[in-house]
Amino acid sequence: MTKYVIKRIFMALVTIWAVATITFFLMNMVPGGPFLSEKAISPQAQAALEAKYGLDKPLYEQYVTYLKDASHGDFGDSLKQRGRSVMGIILTKFPVSARVGGVAILVSLCIGIPLGCIAALNRGKVLDNLISVIATGGIAIPSFVICTLLMYFFGVRLKVFPTFGLSSWKHYVMPVISLSLYPMAYIMRLMRSAMLDVLGQDYMRTARAKGVNQFKSVFKHALRNAILPVITYVGPMTAYTLVGSFIVEKIFTIPGLGSEFIGSITSRDYTLIMGTTIFLATIMVIMNVIVDIIYKLVDPRIKLN
Amino acid sequence: MKKRFLAVMMAVSMVAGLAACGSSNNTTTKEEGTTSTDSTTGTEKPADSTTTGGKELAVQIGPNPETIDPALNSAVDGGNMILHSFECLLVVDQDGKIAPGQAETWETSEDGLTWTFHLRDGLKWSDGSDLTANDFVYSWKRVCDPLVAAPYAETVLGMVKGYEEAVGGNLDALAVSAPDDKTFVVELSAPCTFFDSLAAFATLSPVQQATIEANGDAWATAPETYVSNGPFYVSEWVAGSHIKMSKNPNYWNADAVKLDALKFVLMEDSNAAYSAYQTGEVSLIKDVPTEEIPSLAGNEEFHVEPIIGTYYVSLNIEKAPFDNANVRKALSLAIDREYVAGTLMQGTYTPAGNLFGPGWSDPAGGDFKENANGGKEYIDTTNFEADLEQAKQLLADAGYPNGEGLPTISYSTNDTAYHKVVAEYLQQAWAELGVNLEVNILEWSSFTPTRRNGDYEAARNGWVGDYSDPSNMLDVFYSSNGNNDGNYVSAEFDAALDKARTALDPAERSAALHTAEDTIMNDAGCIPIAFYNDFWLQSPKITGMWHSAYGYWHFNYADITE
Repeated sequence: MTKYVIKRIFMALVTIWAVATITFFLMNMVPGGPFLSEKAISPQAQAALEAKYGLDKPLYEQYVTYLKDASHGDFGDSLKQRGRSVMGIILTKFPVSARVGGVAILVSLCIGIPLGCIAALNRGKVLDNLISVIATGGIAIPSFVICTLLMYFFGVRLKVFPTFGLSSWKHYVMPVISLSLYPMAYIMRLMRSAMLDVLGQDYMRTARAKGVNQFKSVFKHALRNAILPVITYVGPMTAYTLVGSFIVEKIFTIPGLGSEFIGSITSRDYTLIMGTTIFLATIMVIMNVIVDIIYKLVDPRIKLN
Repeated sequence: MKKRFLAVMMAVSMVAGLAACGSSNNTTTKEEGTTSTDSTTGTEKPADSTTTGGKELAVQIGPNPETIDPALNSAVDGGNMILHSFECLLVVDQDGKIAPGQAETWETSEDGLTWTFHLRDGLKWSDGSDLTANDFVYSWKRVCDPLVAAPYAETVLGMVKGYEEAVGGNLDALAVSAPDDKTFVVELSAPCTFFDSLAAFATLSPVQQATIEANGDAWATAPETYVSNGPFYVSEWVAGSHIKMSKNPNYWNADAVKLDALKFVLMEDSNAAYSAYQTGEVSLIKDVPTEEIPSLAGNEEFHVEPIIGTYYVSLNIEKAPFDNANVRKALSLAIDREYVAGTLMQGTYTPAGNLFGPGWSDPAGGDFKENANGGKEYIDTTNFEADLEQAKQLLADAGYPNGEGLPTISYSTNDTAYHKVVAEYLQQAWAELGVNLEVNILEWSSFTPTRRNGDYEAARNGWVGDYSDPSNMLDVFYSSNGNNDGNYVSAEFDAALDKARTALDPAERSAALHTAEDTIMNDAGCIPIAFYNDFWLQSPKITGMWHSAYGYWHFNYADITE
């Protein structure tokens, strides 16, 4: 186990370094820069800004400096949101996204897994078809459509839920529905097909033939084997959902991290692009390790090394 | 057993994680709500009015501002917020006239080179400490500081004596001084008749040395350190959510301020803003979804008012065939501006037959547009048929009858607002002349440098005035100006602007500025298409609020009626 952990940490560092390096050079290859606007600022101001943030140095030198600082946990200051550090932005905005995202993950798991099982157990019946329709809809309808529809009916027409902000449980309802619909639908489908697969296995037939009641056979024997694909999916999904969604945060005016991912790229806020990308890569790597460990616990046949 | 333990552990850690997030949020709001002493400077701050309730106005005028540091801001929405938390020496009043602000009176020396401002008695910062003329000396020098790198430094202080040396790092070279606590003197290197407009420009707001020295750039990111001197002070800022400003009891004219709080809801999405307006959660929204505009026509809550800005097309004059003035004129005349502004842009723009629209002030008095070209439009926007005929003739004169012999032209634009629709229209309109147009859509951050570097043939462009003196937009077309994207070079135009720069007599100056506009319009140095307007939704409950031609909403003396 120790050997495994050391190996994984090393691999994680290599992955994050690779992500950081590729992002660094890619973003510098894209035309444009952080200090451009419709109105040109004076050449002196431009030069002063570039000198202040070290952008006047050769690219490889900037890269080395960045890696050195980043390895000490210093991600620099945002180039556009003057006076705010990249770490500060991530630390104030991530918890907001994570709160909404965390609830959405729980909702999608709590609804997706049971519905997937129910669909599999009722294969071909009305209930199965109904769940399939929901699952297909959830995957096919883009989240901005869901957001807009929810906003229109529940926010503007019925005035049941507030249209912006995040100060009470009511504020969470619409964003959480918008965020959880897709993963929930996906989990349902994964769960259904994996469950169908497992239900057709010999050992399930044996269990039934021996008179084990259906509830017990499904939850004790089938679910444990059928849940593996869901776990694989939930790992990266959790990472993406926790860091927030650009669309959902924009429509419901949630001050989360999701909008910074896109915003930093369009405004060429180099330090923020790097910070958010490294942050997402780190969470992704951590989630993958957690997924591996859960795998091992669910299915002892799997060897971690 | 192991499995159950794992499940329990997972549930516990998830709940704990959520609870941790929740509690950390609660504590921050609590801190924000009850902050009464300034921890960094140790001075008293007025108590937050959230605890006392009172009149609060919620408005939406843009997304989260990049900065609300007056020296660093270059955006309209940031400027609009600074306008409420800070007050300059002078202000622009409801009629667009310059009025006393922190300075009660001011005078200019006969040669126009020395401006003296006399501050009001008993001026204070929002933290209760005294504000003196020395604060202005510090703030104006800070704008020149290369380490601050203020984007507007040259615009607002370029004419002050010692500016060049100051931006080089020797701040004390800037000729601003405070002979006593209530007098502030500025010496200019060349006369600037509209310097009063600059003294009212948000970049030149006074900022407090103590808080900046204690907190660095971060001073303008937290309510506790954001000390200001305007009618309101920032009492809460949740980045990406809202900025709440509370009435500043230390403001000299606080008795006239009726609102207890002003909340800027920081929305990015126009549909979100519209929903919030419909539910009454926000009383004024700037971002109205364009698809709703047809249904809002005639609605008294929907307002359209001009701002000083022009939407135009730049032609890269260094490249053939745009070096031929007749080709440029032909392209300009082939555009049905009434159709573009009225139909394509849904009446949210005004057709532009001049470079200057309404709202720019003529140094000789009145509106600059009214006095331009003898009161007539340069391009008759009401008679498109005749314009088109003339365009065809001009193109033939240039040696391209029916567009024969003209290469395919590429038109670059970014893909927001009406830009793409206008590009498609130009394709169609110029086809009437036999011109083949190719549309090249670029992402915003790539578009700006492409245009600036001259890597284009024709491109969308626009200018919104910083102050209402026409030199602000004319300067853009001066041969050596960094914003002269079209590379327009005209000795006559430059000479007229040079003359306007040094002229002290208003009539003479006005004449020079009009000559400059005549020249560029006659040369078709750029192709004006439409004048900008601001359009917004506003609840009838708001009174005492006004919108200025600079694109700002003034809530300083606003009130809400029930």
